[in-house]
Amino acid sequence: MIVGDSKPLEEILEMIKGRDKVLVLGCRGCVTVCNVGGEKEVGILATALRIARKKAGQPPTVDGMTLERQCDPEYIEELAEVAGDYDAIISIACGVGPQFVAERYPEAAVFPGINTTFIGGALEHGVWAERCQSCGNCLVHNFGGLCPIARCSKSLMNGPCGGSAKGNCEISPEVPCVWHQIVEKMEKMGRLQELEKVWPNKNWLTSRDGGPRKRVREDLKQ
Amino acid sequence: MKAGSNLEKVLSAGHFAVTGELGPPQGNKAEEVRHKAAHLKGIVESVNITDNQTAVVRMSSWAACKILLEEGLEPNYQMVCRDRNRLALMSDILGATALGIKNVLCLSGDHQRFGSHPESKNVYDLDSLQLLAAFKKMRDEKKFLNDKDLEGAPEIFIGAAANPFADPFSFRVTRLAKKIAAGADFVQTQCIYNMDKFREYMKQAVDRGLHEKVYILAGVTPMKSVGMANYMAKFVPGMDVPEAVIKRLKGVDKKDQAKEGIKMAIEQIEEFKEMKGISGVHVMAIEWEHRAREIIEGAGLLPRPQVD
Repeated sequence: MIVGDSKPLEEILEMIKGRDKVLVLGCRGCVTVCNVGGEKEVGILATALRIARKKAGQPPTVDGMTLERQCDPEYIEELAEVAGDYDAIISIACGVGPQFVAERYPEAAVFPGINTTFIGGALEHGVWAERCQSCGNCLVHNFGGLCPIARCSKSLMNGPCGGSAKGNCEISPEVPCVWHQIVEKMEKMGRLQELEKVWPNKNWLTSRDGGPRKRVREDLKQ
Repeated sequence: MKAGSNLEKVLSAGHFAVTGELGPPQGNKAEEVRHKAAHLKGIVESVNITDNQTAVVRMSSWAACKILLEEGLEPNYQMVCRDRNRLALMSDILGATALGIKNVLCLSGDHQRFGSHPESKNVYDLDSLQLLAAFKKMRDEKKFLNDKDLEGAPEIFIGAAANPFADPFSFRVTRLAKKIAAGADFVQTQCIYNMDKFREYMKQAVDRGLHEKVYILAGVTPMKSVGMANYMAKFVPGMDVPEAVIKRLKGVDKKDQAKEGIKMAIEQIEEFKEMKGISGVHVMAIEWEHRAREIIEGAGLLPRPQVD
């Protein structure tokens, strides 16, 4: 899923300063799963904004609404009736949300209420970790199912580098060295020999480096 | 001969080689490079010029290399993958060789997060092995990475770094073998303090016959003080400083610790001279260039051989 972090309340208050009617817009997709932008969080943020703005003598009108998804025009359409009623729409979906809302409603003032951080998964309740950099050419099966592009701080294809110490990355003892894990996993699977291969330079054209990406599926287009 | 550098000539003639290291200044004073270089002149085959080492911005490595050439020393141009993509790396090696630089050392580079500009974006388009392979291709096949012909290929003696003390230890010799397969002509190791571990590493390397495919130079950095030893043990990732080293330094008066550190370095070099698979030493007297002679001379490695 796409994982995000709530922006600090002060930052959001500053963004919407001077705007009377505010709508907090949630999403039932990834951000609901990672507890940062679903219906529950819409309620929490709307309440917090109301209290803070009331205290500061600003108009406390803050409504909440949650769409099925904000990355789909079909659901963005549900805002058609109400978008014009607000002076500020705070999307707490991933970075796609505020952009889709702003594209569909050019007159609306749209603000991001969360920071989109990474594509990852939950390690345990309340803990998420990055797993994918969407490089566009998945190779994880060669590395024991672990991705060196997303999980090595240097995206090394031929690691581990000289900074790997006690199973951790040189950037922090809190960050595991994925190459250490790859070596251990491959050894355990009896596939260490495969890591003798020198991986050639990667083609980053399928990654963000090739420019903004777009997919057209002729079989699905109407 | 691949490049005909002094370092390559000395190594291929079978001499025990000595390389030094020089960190360019955090400014543009050429005089500082000349001053440090003067201490190393005549006592080493060539001098590594670091490339924004520890991710701290410094005078560019190629420019400091050029100053060294003007001073009559031979540079080893260090290049990290952190700061440049394949276009810039290939372009810089063409420029460097055009200026007369004949040795290069290919590195991943320390992550910028603990450097002087932690908020910067990194590159890592290539990793250090892919960089080795790129330069080998440019030199031997006279082609760019895209297989287009070069109009004038770089004649360059290609080096790699190896850290025998990083983890997992069991994979370290394999990674060395990979660097050789990718294109390394010579290898310089990380500073060695744990001699037991290094002996084991070299045994594995020799068992695989790697010493016959590449020149391995053992890394030596003299300890200046107990403080430095403690710092390296605790804060430098991938550095292995055994308790015995710290204890030995603690055993002498504070004013004699530097002298003891130099004595320890000399003892290490004496062992490397006899160690199977070792072709030389890489003396990294960091910000201590003026003491390098004492170490190299003390190890009986002066005068340096002249090979034509």
